[in-house]
Amino acid sequence: MAKELIRLSDCVMKFDDDIILDHINLYINNKEFLTLLGPSGCGKTTTLRIIGGFQTPTSGDVFFDGKRINDVPPHKRKINTVFQKYALFTHMNIFENVAFGLRIAKVPWDELKQRVEEALALVNLAGYGKRSVDSLSGGQQQRVAIARAIVNRPQVLLLDEPLGALDLKLRKDMQVELKRIQQQVGITFIYVTHDQEEALTMSDTIVVMNQGRIQQIGTPTDIYNEPKNAFVADFIGESNIIDGVMLSDGVVRMYGKKFQCLDSGFSPNEPVDVVIRPEDIDIVSPDQGQIHGVVTEVTFKGVHYDIIVDFKGFKWLIQTSDYSPVGAYIGVKIDPDGFHIMKKSQYSGQFGDYSSYSAEYDELNEEPGEQEAGDEE
Amino acid sequence: MKNRRNRILAAPYVGWMAVFVVIPLFLVVLYAFGFDSKEGFTLGNFTQIHQYAGIFANSFVLALFATAICLLLGYPAAYFLAREVPAVRRLATIIIMLPMWMNFLLRTYSWMSLLENTGLINRFLRAIHFFDLFGPEKGYFTMINTPGAVVLGMVYNFLPFMILPIFSVIDKIDNRVIEAAQDLGADSVTVFSRIIFPLSLPGVLSGITMVFIPSVSTFVISKLLGGGKTILLGDLIDMQFYGSTYNPHLGSAISLVMMVLVMAAMALMNRFGAGEEEAMLF
Repeated sequence: MAKELIRLSDCVMKFDDDIILDHINLYINNKEFLTLLGPSGCGKTTTLRIIGGFQTPTSGDVFFDGKRINDVPPHKRKINTVFQKYALFTHMNIFENVAFGLRIAKVPWDELKQRVEEALALVNLAGYGKRSVDSLSGGQQQRVAIARAIVNRPQVLLLDEPLGALDLKLRKDMQVELKRIQQQVGITFIYVTHDQEEALTMSDTIVVMNQGRIQQIGTPTDIYNEPKNAFVADFIGESNIIDGVMLSDGVVRMYGKKFQCLDSGFSPNEPVDVVIRPEDIDIVSPDQGQIHGVVTEVTFKGVHYDIIVDFKGFKWLIQTSDYSPVGAYIGVKIDPDGFHIMKKSQYSGQFGDYSSYSAEYDELNEEPGEQEAGDEE
Repeated sequence: MKNRRNRILAAPYVGWMAVFVVIPLFLVVLYAFGFDSKEGFTLGNFTQIHQYAGIFANSFVLALFATAICLLLGYPAAYFLAREVPAVRRLATIIIMLPMWMNFLLRTYSWMSLLENTGLINRFLRAIHFFDLFGPEKGYFTMINTPGAVVLGMVYNFLPFMILPIFSVIDKIDNRVIEAAQDLGADSVTVFSRIIFPLSLPGVLSGITMVFIPSVSTFVISKLLGGGKTILLGDLIDMQFYGSTYNPHLGSAISLVMMVLVMAAMALMNRFGAGEEEAMLF
C-alpha cells in the first residue's frame, strides 16, 4: 500500500553563499502524514516550497509520481498549499475563496457548488459561504484555507506552520481536526512545524531537520524512543544526555559504574551518548539507588514534578509524581529499557544538561509563530 | 487623556480648514444664491448656466480623456514598479516625482515652447526634412492651441497622481496571496485579473479621483496650451472673477454646479467600484 509519491534527490539550496539545504534525500509515500520538524532556519520551509514549486533547488531533482518536476510551475502541480497566516483572498467571500481553484479549472456550477459545500462541511464551516474573510476568527480562517486547498482534491497537501498563529487550546483542537481530515480525504499531508508535540501527535513519519540537513526520519515512537543523535534527543521531548562508554552488548558504563541496557551493535569500549528520558527514572532511597545525587530544584507541573538532581556536577531532569524536597540526598534506579545509547555525533556535549534548566524552560514556553528568519527568501 | 491631546493636536488644522475652506465654501453658496444682493435669494444665476452646457461637456470630456490616458499609462507603470527591486523602485519614484519639484506654471510654459508652430518639435522635424513628405506647402504641425495639447498638459501634470496611489496599493499586496492563487492553479494572467487587479481597485479609484478633479477644473493648462480656443470650466469661472465678464454671482453658481457634478461622478464611480467587487463575488 505504501507507494512512493514524491522524492527529493540530493537537493541543495543556496542563497548567495548560505547553504539552506545540504544534500537532502527524502521520499514521501502516498497517503502519508509526514512532518518536517526542526528549529527556525533549519530548511524545513524551503523544503516545502521546493515541493510546492515556489522555489527551485540549486542542484538536485524533485520527482512526483516518478516524473521530474523541477521546472513545473506551482499552478501545474497536483499539490496545494495551506500557507502560514492563511493568505486568504480578502476581496472575496468564503464561498469564492474556496471555489477559486475550481473556477480556474472551469468546473461546472452544480458540481462546483456541491464540492465547495462539502469542503466547508469537512472543516466544520457549513453555512459560512456568504461571510467575509474579515468576519472570521483566526481558527476559522485557517479552516477556510484548508478547505480552499482540499476542494481541488490534490494528491498532496502542503501545510506551512498552519497552526502557528493560533492559541494553545485551538491549536490542540486543530491538530485532531487535521488528522481527521487527512484520514477522511485520504491524501498525503506534508506538514512543517517547529513544535515537536504537534509533530508527535499527528504524523505517520517525522523528518527531523537541523542546519539544512536531515537528522533523522522515523515514526513518532522511533524518533522519541530511538533518537539518532543528541540534537534529536533534545529537540524531541526532554532528555538527559550523559557521556558513557559501551563496554559490550547490553552493558554501558557511566559515572564509573556499569549499567544494564538493551542496546547492542557497538564496538567494544566505544564512547557513546547515553539518553535517559526524565520519566524513565525512579527516585529511590539512597541505599537502593544505582547512583546518588542531591535535589537542587523542584517545580510542580500538575501531573508530575520536575525535579533537577545534581549528579557529580551534571544536572538531570527527573519527572515523577513523588515529591522530594530541595536538598534531599536521593538514589535513582533506571531499568535497562530506560537507556538509549547513541553514537557520538557533532552534537555530542551540546545538549542534555539541565544546569541552565529554568532558562531552557523559558525558551520552550516562548510563543511560537515568529518568522523563520533563515527560511524566508 | 489621549483623546484630549489628539483634539488639541488637530486644532490648528481644523481651524485652518474652517477659515480657509469651510467659510469660503459657505460664501460661494451665498453668492451663488444671491443672498448678498439687493433682490435677495434668487435662482437666476443657476438658470443662466444652461447656455454654458457646451463648456461643461467639453471640460468633462477632456478630463475623462486625460484620466483614461493616465490610467492606461499609469497602471502598467505602477504594476511593474511594484515588482521591481528596491533600488530600481527608489530611482523610478524619484524620476516620477522629479517634475513636481518644478513649478507647475514653468512646466506648462515649457510645453508651450515645445509645441509651438515654431517650437522645438516642429523645428526638429523640419531639420530632418520630415515635412517634405507632405508636400512643399506643409511647414509645421499644429499642436499648440488644440484640445489635444490641453489633454497632453493634463496627462503630463497629473500622471504621478495616478501612478503613486496604484503603486502603493499593489506594493502592499501580500506575496503569499499571489502564491496561494498560483498554487490553486492560476497562471499569471489569472493571478492578475482575479487577484491583483481587484485588490488594486482602491488605488485605481483614488488615482482616478486625483487626476479627474484637477483636470476638470484646470484653467492654467487650457489657457496656456489651449490658447483660449478650448474654454474649460476653470476658464469660465476665472472669467467671472477676473475677466471681462465680471460676475461673481454667476461664477459662484458655476463653481457650485461643477462641484455637485464632480461629487456625483465620484460617488457613481465609487459605487461602480464597489459593484465591481460584488461582481467578482457572484
